[in-house]
Amino acid sequence: MNHEQILVVLPHPDDEAFGASGTLAIHIYNGAKVTYACLTLGEMGRNMGVPPFANRVTLPAIRLEELKASCKAIGIQDLRLLGFHDKMIEFEEPQLLDGKISELLEELRPTLVVTFYPGYAVHPDHDATGAAVIRAVAAMPKKDRPIVHCMAFSKNTTEDIGHADVIVDVRGFLENKIASIRAHRSQFQAPELMGKNKLSDRELEDRFGRERFWTYRFND
Amino acid sequence: MELINKSDVEARIEALKNQDLYIHLEMTTGAYAAHFDSNKHPASIFITNTKIRFGHGAISGDGPYRIGLKMELGWIYTEGLTHYEQLDTERLIMAGHDGQGKLVVALQLSKQPF
Repeated sequence: MNHEQILVVLPHPDDEAFGASGTLAIHIYNGAKVTYACLTLGEMGRNMGVPPFANRVTLPAIRLEELKASCKAIGIQDLRLLGFHDKMIEFEEPQLLDGKISELLEELRPTLVVTFYPGYAVHPDHDATGAAVIRAVAAMPKKDRPIVHCMAFSKNTTEDIGHADVIVDVRGFLENKIASIRAHRSQFQAPELMGKNKLSDRELEDRFGRERFWTYRFND
Repeated sequence: MELINKSDVEARIEALKNQDLYIHLEMTTGAYAAHFDSNKHPASIFITNTKIRFGHGAISGDGPYRIGLKMELGWIYTEGLTHYEQLDTERLIMAGHDGQGKLVVALQLSKQPF
């Protein structure tokens, strides 16, 4: 299915890179406009580069530049920074958080929303972001709701919610995906990505060639 | 100290909103961490009797618990809380104890200095 407008809602710069960058690049290639609402600047991250080139004070500005570079690599046309504080999403006032997401849904009228599956995304910010998106979409009239594709990777995922129902072959867009991952240079120093012990094309495809999503099923 | 009752702590956080409070916030790996395990990196912090005021706060998780307090210009955050002082209704005294009973983290709020 071709989507004209897609909304991506994730809490941290780099959350898009491993799980969704290839899929987004495909949608953009097929003509979609993608808006990426990134809730925080990942300013509480512990990775500062190896050797460290960032510090607690400079990290948010550095991660913002990395995020812009990642968006460019994927082709994302519209980046929105929602200005929430890293690690604090689960404590935010729900009206404030849900309100920001509802405003974006109202303004953009996306047909597809990409976020984390609440309860199955390991980091409290991931779970809280997914939960806010689900609440905001659930509050819409049923006929107006976009499809919601969620990323999930907690250990109990398949046991509880089954296998991903959307598996995207992104092997044709690995260049975009690897560039997106590499853009976050303060966060990922995997030697195979940074030029040492270069992986073969086959190894890259095995590791990064597929992205998995769970379509959220609303109760009503 | 008793095991944290989430809804009780939630109510106490709510009751301490929008007023000047003294905070004691602490985290420690223990000074012997590297002595027992050379891979460990001992570190600790505390800040005590500093005045704060928050307008919104919440407790999260299924235990150990996390708490976030939203101030006008920033946040106070604690992860790993397990116990609280149920009978002390004037102050909110909370701590996280590890499997050996040792204190790892503490968050205390009071209208009077500690």
